[in-house]
Amino acid sequence: MTRVRLRYSKLGKVRFLSHRDVARVLERAVRRAGLPVAYSQGFSPRARLHFGLALSTGFESIAEYLDVDLVDGVGDWDVAELPESLSACLPDGLEVGAATTIPAGTPSLQDAVSWCTWQLDIPGVAPGVLAAAVERLGSADSIPLDLVRKGKQVREDLRPLLGDLVAERTAEGARLVADLGTKPRSVRPAEFYAALDPTGPLPDVADVRVLRRHQWINVDGTRREPVSLGPPSPHAQERAS
Amino acid sequence: MSAPMAAARSAVSSPPGSLWDRLEPLLSRVEKPARYIGGEDGAVRPDWSSDAPGGPVSWLFTYPDTYEIGLPNQGLQILAEIVAEHPHGVAERAYAPWVDLEAELRANGVPLFSVDGHRPAGAFDLIGFNLSAELTYTNLVNLIDLAGVPVRAAERRADHPLVCVGGHCTYNPEPVADFVDLVVLGDGEEVVSEITDVVLDWKAAGRPDRRSVLEALARVPGVYVPAAYEVSYDGPRIRAIEPRWPGVPEVVEKRTIADLGEWPYPQSQLVPLTEVVHDRLNVEVFRGCTRGCRFCQAGMITRPVRERPADQVRTMVREGLRRTGYDEVALTSLSTADFSGIAGVIGDLAGRQQDAGDLAGRSGSGAAGDAGDLCGPVSVSLPSLRVDAFGVGIAAELQQGRRSGLTFAPEAGTWRMRQVINKLITDDDLYGAVEAAYSQGWRRVKLYFLTGLPTETDQDTLGIAELARNCVEVGRPHLRSPGVTVSVGGFVPKPFTPFQWFGQNTVAELGRKIGLLRDEFRSVRGAQMKWHDPAATQVEGLLSRGDRRLGPVIESVWRRGGTFQEWSECFDLDLWAGAMAEHGLSMDDYVHRHRTEDEVLPWAHLSAGLHQDFLWQDWRDALAEVGLPDCRWTPCYDCGACTGYGIEHVVASATPPAGGSQGTGQGLAWDRGAVPVQLGVRGGS
Repeated sequence: MTRVRLRYSKLGKVRFLSHRDVARVLERAVRRAGLPVAYSQGFSPRARLHFGLALSTGFESIAEYLDVDLVDGVGDWDVAELPESLSACLPDGLEVGAATTIPAGTPSLQDAVSWCTWQLDIPGVAPGVLAAAVERLGSADSIPLDLVRKGKQVREDLRPLLGDLVAERTAEGARLVADLGTKPRSVRPAEFYAALDPTGPLPDVADVRVLRRHQWINVDGTRREPVSLGPPSPHAQERAS
Repeated sequence: MSAPMAAARSAVSSPPGSLWDRLEPLLSRVEKPARYIGGEDGAVRPDWSSDAPGGPVSWLFTYPDTYEIGLPNQGLQILAEIVAEHPHGVAERAYAPWVDLEAELRANGVPLFSVDGHRPAGAFDLIGFNLSAELTYTNLVNLIDLAGVPVRAAERRADHPLVCVGGHCTYNPEPVADFVDLVVLGDGEEVVSEITDVVLDWKAAGRPDRRSVLEALARVPGVYVPAAYEVSYDGPRIRAIEPRWPGVPEVVEKRTIADLGEWPYPQSQLVPLTEVVHDRLNVEVFRGCTRGCRFCQAGMITRPVRERPADQVRTMVREGLRRTGYDEVALTSLSTADFSGIAGVIGDLAGRQQDAGDLAGRSGSGAAGDAGDLCGPVSVSLPSLRVDAFGVGIAAELQQGRRSGLTFAPEAGTWRMRQVINKLITDDDLYGAVEAAYSQGWRRVKLYFLTGLPTETDQDTLGIAELARNCVEVGRPHLRSPGVTVSVGGFVPKPFTPFQWFGQNTVAELGRKIGLLRDEFRSVRGAQMKWHDPAATQVEGLLSRGDRRLGPVIESVWRRGGTFQEWSECFDLDLWAGAMAEHGLSMDDYVHRHRTEDEVLPWAHLSAGLHQDFLWQDWRDALAEVGLPDCRWTPCYDCGACTGYGIEHVVASATPPAGGSQGTGQGLAWDRGAVPVQLGVRGGS
């Protein structure tokens, strides 16, 4: 059995698909592409697809990952051709950009990914307001976050899970690029957004356009992407529109 | 409800623009936004180009319930494909937005939109609704309004879309007559193109007044234009229904396609990106049914039986699975075990499954790839399982995965009652089927019943519990705790059935019968009972056999917010009772009253091809507890369905299918528990 790691993007209208929806669409695409996907044992055999961190409904991404187990010696496939053959079976906006085989024993995506880089486009906000909030967060020793967990009110510190943070000005407002940790648990972009606590008004989180730019794993002390992307596909944006 | 929205109509020949930019911000604020984005696999990109002088004829095929319920509708998918193939036709689709999005749309002045191009509904030439359930009628009105179109047909101008309805409910479209411009009776495959041609000519002529196109449409066979007919009343009764316009037929006949093999549609079934009901490949194996169950409107109005050639079924299954990537296919019809090519088709599918199983064994972990033409393990389902061991045998051969539950529909609790409704299965047929199921690994059977049937006594009602008790006993030798789930629905008499004259049971009477059964079920160990809300059954009955005077009632309920009445959390009997009182109409008179033979029924000017005297005789036979065998294998009863259209039943086999006594009129000898077919391979091991 060979494990293949795929990197894909989710852009445009399909951002409204849920994680479950995307999983089912990818499972059908693997079948339609004729790949010899392995199935689990038992009365309800399932295709052996292993998904990485979930992406919330409404968010976009250029860095999603999926591992697929393929049966050796069956069918005729070439890992270099997988991006094209799978993308042909996917709806507009979902596109496989890179694929690589990974050795047995490679940690799963869920275990390995430790940080994500998020991009938040915030319409109509004054850049100064955001810059001040970023400044404050960056210099804070702790960022208390109140959560309800198992029906109980708990307070967590967001600080250890907040990495690099940059604010930029855009035509419509401002863009925040933030590294958020996933260990011991993933910080949600909405939680981070709520923690900004700006001096001026921020638009409703529903109006913020969120895109995952990177997921990071740690290899011998350096951070790397699970699958690095070659030169960007010239069709990626076009297909998503 | 808010005031109708003014939808600006674009110039005749340029395609309407997309509303996506206005819609997208709203989708971040609603539940399950994926149902509004379109992009399904198999969806054809609508082609709005046309060299016709008035531009293409555009159809918006719309299901008046949510996307999850409406997307799988095969009828709308078939029609959209046929229109797209028309040189001057273009088709898109729409569904009812859920209440959260509707509120956002109305608050932001965004109209109903198509999911393909997100174009405004009001910009289409025709909006074609499928009406499969009476309780969606208020949604029909709501969607017309949300499209920016006046809800009453009489108030529409030439530049408004034509509102068209089809589907099983349209055999009595009178309750919605005020809201629709045209109604299609029967199979839509041919008539949809004829309607397109008439509208094309009208557009080429510069879209003159609305009456001219409706007059032309009323002359198309199978098309009924309610405005072309006058209904006169005599107190609560109808005196007559007569043509009001010249040249329209006195009786509108349904359309019937002669050969299903000529219509292998949908050719590219839609594969949604988000979860819907019946999320699988569907292949229709035959249309029509002659088992003659007297409560079943579908069986009466879709006659005669027309089978799809077995080879075509195989091709559609094979190519459909390959194209869609689905791992489940349903062979659909009103009784798939009766398909005369069933053995061959199943042998073929089971053989392919065997290949997949062998491959799984070889690799040690299961695999797809070379598994014949299938893309991996595939399960096959028969949505309408016959109540006998033959049916179970077929299910056993096909169901490879976990065998959790199997569903049968005996419909009534005693043999006497089943003779009345002509569901000719004996108690032993049922026990045989149930024993076959338990002995082959199913752990639970589900049984469907109706209550409130004609001549039903309490003994008949309680017979339901008795059957359930015996089914549990039949299972004991095979399982420690065999499960039986009984689902009881209130009977609603439907037009063009022998029971169309029967006075429906009241809410109180249905409630009493359900109460009786609940008490009885307390002593039936291992059995569980579920039931439908009798109040919803009453409103279904009201709309099923109502007349045009119900138009204002439907409109009142809608104006008070009564949409999604199919959904138990939204259904509100008080709204309906209030609206009936407001308009001076009696629920008793519409729902609970027995009709006489000479009464002019609201659908008297429409025809499903069945002779009135056949239906009346069948009603008398029902009251006399006389069952009628299936006419595929016995002499003709002259119901009118074949002779009236010059069509024969298209059935490959002249002999009845194996197993069971039902419908054949013969008490076929049979060993309880034996199953006349071989077990298929279990998947994945």
